[in-house]
Amino acid sequence: MVSAPVQVAPPVQAPARVRRLPRWVAPVAGVVAVVALYVAFRGKAVLPHDDDATLFHWLNDARDWVDENRNSSPIFLYVVNYLRLGAAGVYEGLQAGLVALGWPGLLGLAAGLGWLAGGWRIALVSFAGFAGVGVLGFWEASVETLALTLSAVLLSLLFGIPLGIWAGRSHRVRRIVTPVLDVMQIMPTFSYLSPMVLLFLIGPASATIATMIYAMPPAIRITAMAIQRVSGVAVEASESLGATRWQTLGKVRLPLALNTITLGVNQTIAAALSMVPLTALIAAPGLGEDLLRALARVNVGAALVPGVAIVLIAIVLDRMTRAAAQRRESGTRARAVRWGGFAVLTAAGLALVPAMAQEFPEQWQVQIVRPINDVVDWIEAHWYTFTGFLNDVVAYGLLNPLQDVLTSAPWWLVTAAVLVFAWRVSGLAAGLVATVCLLCVAALQLWEHAMETLTLVLVASVITIAAGLALGVAAARSRWFAAGLRPVLDAAQTMPSFSYLLPAVALFGNGRFTAITASFIYAVPVVARLVEDGLRAVPGTVMEAARSAGSTDRQLLWKVQLPMARGSLLLAANQGIVMTLAMVVIGALVGAGALGYDVVAGFAQQEDYGKGLAAGVALVLLGVMLDRITQGANGRRSPHKKRNA
Amino acid sequence: MKKLRLIAGVLVLGLSAAACGGAKVEDDSAAAPSASAAGSAAASAGGTVKIAINGWVGYEADAAVVSYLLEHELGYKVEKVTLAEEPSWQGMESGDVDVILENWGHPDLKKKYIEEKQIAVEAGSTGNKGVIGWYVPEWMVEKYPDITDYKNLNKYADLFKTSESDGKGQMLDGDPSFVTNDEALVKNLKLDYKVVYAGSEAALIKAAKQATDQKKPLLMYFYEPQWLFNQVKLVKVNLPAYTEGCDSDPKKVACDYPPYDLDKIVSKKFADTGGKAYELIKAFQWTNDDQNAVADDITNNGMSAEDAAKKWVEANTAKWQAWMPK
Repeated sequence: MVSAPVQVAPPVQAPARVRRLPRWVAPVAGVVAVVALYVAFRGKAVLPHDDDATLFHWLNDARDWVDENRNSSPIFLYVVNYLRLGAAGVYEGLQAGLVALGWPGLLGLAAGLGWLAGGWRIALVSFAGFAGVGVLGFWEASVETLALTLSAVLLSLLFGIPLGIWAGRSHRVRRIVTPVLDVMQIMPTFSYLSPMVLLFLIGPASATIATMIYAMPPAIRITAMAIQRVSGVAVEASESLGATRWQTLGKVRLPLALNTITLGVNQTIAAALSMVPLTALIAAPGLGEDLLRALARVNVGAALVPGVAIVLIAIVLDRMTRAAAQRRESGTRARAVRWGGFAVLTAAGLALVPAMAQEFPEQWQVQIVRPINDVVDWIEAHWYTFTGFLNDVVAYGLLNPLQDVLTSAPWWLVTAAVLVFAWRVSGLAAGLVATVCLLCVAALQLWEHAMETLTLVLVASVITIAAGLALGVAAARSRWFAAGLRPVLDAAQTMPSFSYLLPAVALFGNGRFTAITASFIYAVPVVARLVEDGLRAVPGTVMEAARSAGSTDRQLLWKVQLPMARGSLLLAANQGIVMTLAMVVIGALVGAGALGYDVVAGFAQQEDYGKGLAAGVALVLLGVMLDRITQGANGRRSPHKKRNA
Repeated sequence: MKKLRLIAGVLVLGLSAAACGGAKVEDDSAAAPSASAAGSAAASAGGTVKIAINGWVGYEADAAVVSYLLEHELGYKVEKVTLAEEPSWQGMESGDVDVILENWGHPDLKKKYIEEKQIAVEAGSTGNKGVIGWYVPEWMVEKYPDITDYKNLNKYADLFKTSESDGKGQMLDGDPSFVTNDEALVKNLKLDYKVVYAGSEAALIKAAKQATDQKKPLLMYFYEPQWLFNQVKLVKVNLPAYTEGCDSDPKKVACDYPPYDLDKIVSKKFADTGGKAYELIKAFQWTNDDQNAVADDITNNGMSAEDAAKKWVEANTAKWQAWMPK
């Protein structure tokens, strides 16, 4: 039952669970009906792709209008262009500031901030992390990436925290904001880029704004949650002492919520860092550019190194903010020690600036591109038959047949099957939302490409969830295995989505299977962790009872643990599918085609702009649909767990 | 209460914005080649030149040599912006790009950005002659001599089937942002093929090498100048001959690609204020062999773009000295 939500594949689908007896009748009848209808209507009412669709032309015309009126329409003169200039200003200011610090100054500042946030351990991590970036030979690009990330995070917090406070205080605002945030978090990163290019052109300003929007939801969510959770007693005490509302907010609510809000900052930074490399597609500077260039040259070594640099930056910022969030004011160290240490470290760094070369010393840099590429070449030469075989098995055995079915089935049959399936799994509301999403995809005239993307997502999700389930079960049953798995999962969750393409490209070259492999590596850790957590949460007393009733281990797993962890398992499936979608789309960069490719082509070619924009929207709709289908049976997820690409 | 303040704030913001008379995109100070150099002016005398880098190594060879000369001979700082072809033109509008060093035709973009918007100007030929076409490995021509005529391609479509080509023959294209009419060609010449995008120049090269080494059938989009022709023998397939204007409607193209005279495009602003950097770029001109030598060093001899440029510059002093501003 667990993996049921994955088998969305119409028409051979099996509705998950029937509560009346006999359980198998309704699903089997449903499957038979869908198969029969498919056979009868195969090839009819299909919606073949047409690059010339009127909608695309209409969007192109809209783009042309914007292009012509960018310097005359009041909306642009007084609003949009100022936003652009403002974002550009923030980025340029930060970038100039970071560069002016010089590399020793920045290292010192990082160590100082680490000390301030969490003592010598974090100071060491910060120093080592940033120094590592320099050793890898990517200091300059990393500073640009850092500047871009920080400016986006700064703006996200500037807008996100007030919005979060408002949402935390007002039930009505929360009700309006929550669904918007839901959609924002399901949206694949790619979809944010085309509208940004239209409004703000390409370049760092546009990239900053795109990243800001992408990174804002966790800031709003967690702030709202933190404000809500402030104990009523404290608020009442303050009010009864005659504090005004603003005083209560400033002196009671915010200080009490501060640690949780810092956690929100942590999540915002993580989101921003997973977006920033992708903005290289719209001419943002930094590590993303090196990554893209290396991907274009199929140079795995050259792509892996900036990937590692991004991970290092992510780890430093993550540890720093997490430590800051966990800090207790009544901690062991006095204020003077903390600030003193910060001042000493920063000053030491800055004092070294005049003494050191302006650029990170070349003799400290290590070259690891070549050895990596040698390994890749060896794999390519020796594993070719195996990787080629795997690729062909998945392509001919799964992808092509499923894609044939989905693209040759009438659109109404696919829609009806989705409706019924979603209804069974997640209830009528979810079913209706899913149906409306699919109908909108059809209206966007991207049906065929959407079905191709869906094929990829389904195949990748099945593989991912199966593997995640196996790993999660193994980890829940063996402490030893869990201990070994944990650091791997931790690392995987810190990495930006982009870097997952690399090992896949190394093994399989370009193509759809590569995208599947990448999304597999990307989503498996999260799925495995959720499964493990779910199984571990099954109360010990229940397990004892089952054991004393004579259950074998096997029975215990299938009859007790898995059914009782149903909620977590559904959440795992949901996360697995949404993350897979996000990654499969990025796979367009390495030849996975379909909607993701339409979006990429939209940046690159003027006549494809409209199609790209529509494809971005279609991706959002697909995401909402898959999310609704798989999450209805379970309550809302916690904002902490969500981090799609 | 709070809402009121918010609205008031927005109003004030709006009014103050209105008072400034609005912002146009070219107001962006970053657009001027020398303005953005302030942050790191110490090392560079002349300012910063932003060169777009398009996704093929021949282009990078041009950029490597020009950058090397700008940095070491004229004291400029060079910023390389990795972009696809069309966004590079947009970049001249937004101020993120000063120079496109190897432009393949693009009459539509020239019309839009040079004639209509007047934000870009031509800066002369690079001296390179460009050819785009469909190629098969030489061993296929030996085995199937008539394959070089497009009319016979349908006969061989089965050979080119792959897991990605939907049961048709596979026509392998490169980066989707490259200049290509292939989807229209397949349709208009009624070929039983599907265009599949390898995603990059490197992926095409890999496919060409594998097709030659492992004797795998391959039909692919490719172009000259390209160092690969020194290593792997490829033969061009004859499409219906190009005639002036036969490619004017991109949906109805049914003829071969035109011969390209590759040229340089610079932003209007750079042409006006770029000084010596502009003069050097305008004068830059070399041969396909020159470009292939540098590209070959970058790709196959493990050199960085800068080292490869240095090697060429040291060996060809007379050539580049002719480009130097007087």
